Amino acid sequence: MAAIIEVRDLCHTYSVGTPFEHDAIKHMDFAVEKGEFLGVIGHTGSGKSTLIQHLNGLLKPTCGDVLLGGESIWKDKQTTRRARFRVGLVFQYPEYQLFEDTVFRDIAFGPKNMGLSEPEIKERVLRAADFAGVNPASLDKSPFDLSGGQKRRVAIAGVIAMEPEIVVFDEPTAGLDPAARSSLLENIGAYQKATGATVLMVSHSMDDVAMMADRLLVLNEGQIEMLGTPAQVFENAERLQQIGLTVPQVTSLFLRLHELGLPVDPATYTVEGALKQLLRLKGGA
Amino acid sequence: MGNAISVQELHFTYPSQNGGNPHPVFDGLNVNIEEGSFVAVLGHNGCGKSTLTKQCNAILLPEGGSVSVFGMDTKDEALLLEIRRTVGMVFQNPDNQMVANVVEEDVAFAPENLGVPSEEIRRRVDNALRAVGMYDYRTHAPHLLSGGQKQRIAIAGVIAMQPRCIVLDEPTAMLDPHGREDVMRTIETLNRENGITVILITHHMTEAIRADRVIVLQEGRILTDGTPKQVFTQVELLKSAGLDVPATTQIIHELNEAGFDLPPDALSTEECAQALYSRFTAKA
Repeated sequence: MAAIIEVRDLCHTYSVGTPFEHDAIKHMDFAVEKGEFLGVIGHTGSGKSTLIQHLNGLLKPTCGDVLLGGESIWKDKQTTRRARFRVGLVFQYPEYQLFEDTVFRDIAFGPKNMGLSEPEIKERVLRAADFAGVNPASLDKSPFDLSGGQKRRVAIAGVIAMEPEIVVFDEPTAGLDPAARSSLLENIGAYQKATGATVLMVSHSMDDVAMMADRLLVLNEGQIEMLGTPAQVFENAERLQQIGLTVPQVTSLFLRLHELGLPVDPATYTVEGALKQLLRLKGGA
Repeated sequence: MGNAISVQELHFTYPSQNGGNPHPVFDGLNVNIEEGSFVAVLGHNGCGKSTLTKQCNAILLPEGGSVSVFGMDTKDEALLLEIRRTVGMVFQNPDNQMVANVVEEDVAFAPENLGVPSEEIRRRVDNALRAVGMYDYRTHAPHLLSGGQKQRIAIAGVIAMQPRCIVLDEPTAMLDPHGREDVMRTIETLNRENGITVILITHHMTEAIRADRVIVLQEGRILTDGTPKQVFTQVELLKSAGLDVPATTQIIHELNEAGFDLPPDALSTEECAQALYSRFTAKA
């Protein structure tokens, strides 16, 4: 599989030349495969938000480069502009960014800016609304009359409607209740499956990334601390705790069981995986 | 001990918006919160959690029934200031709760408004910042702090009013795991060491299990109410209400369905590990 995103020797320094000068990202190198689901975790201030704003050219690297499909997004103006449509960013609490007078028009804003025809815009709005789980009955309503959870889905649909090859979600489930959380994650998973889009998800919930991601990118102090499958990453529970993160509760349980001497895999991170092992253990006993 | 909050036959409906239907929330809710307790309130969005907290310090008033705060009826306008001073509120987004450019000035905001003499303000601000572990940051600018630190400043601002009860509405929703733990430890200390009654609204089950008591609301009614062990062992009921259970409870529940005989109330990671360990080693 070819890498769709390549981040090469990326640095970003804020407030250069002032007393507040701060290196948010220090020489970062990694690649994301096409169709991959990458979870991005790290403590507050570890550089997650700075990183994702580089992926569609909202921030310009202080050094290094970002490549989409092998081509630098800073090659020329057109390429940079194209990157804005190829990579869709769903910011934290995106429901605060709604502004149109109907849900339909809000979702249509992106496609309209792409210069698409009316029928195509309509088709995309309906498809995006469906993927994001927006209630079709609310398309003619004002987005401000919807519940918080529905508003967030409208904002997500607005990004998906541009049909980006890569969608980046910054804490999509923050503040949602458990039922709304798993339903939104299901929508994201189904969207990825149906479209083959590459998805990056920034999250503070280890359980969410454990459930969804193919690989995890762990950031610490503006650098890559780990990059690997959830099992490889959660194996390092102690190190994760040192850098202000946690492991899923299942993983702490299995680490403890392993320590007590039970023959279980300490890098277990889902309830399903846990049950499979424990039931096998029963069979062997 | 008496009740910090006593809710009796509470009726409340939000008025209609933009010609929609009025939205009833409570239709005869009864609940008492004992003074000095640490109570977690769970429930899906729209179940009435936030409405209930706003009833606790007279931001909202009952339409029927009554809410009393340390014996003060929230409908008595003469008691309004005293009620607001007795019950402090902390909300989800720390950035919306900062008012000053220096941490200690921010914490001093409430006591200043209450007309507290300045030497007394100094003392209260220092104590409040020590209580949340942020004394060393007293001259910093709040906007340069992390989310968890800002939220602890918001809590210090409430403590400086010397309330007898603090209501926190999803205070950790925007924080990273480290910030979440800081805030949870602060809350526990205030409750255990300073005897402040704590009402914590949360979607994180791992936070709720640290409370003395868990109340689950559904559609404005109490679905279940008890110690964390009593509440979280009702796996099916909680799932039907759209809530999660801690992974430990889930694992034990599923194993017991498959014919094991494990203690359903082994909530904490350690309790669960010990229960599983003794079960599997006893058989071997």
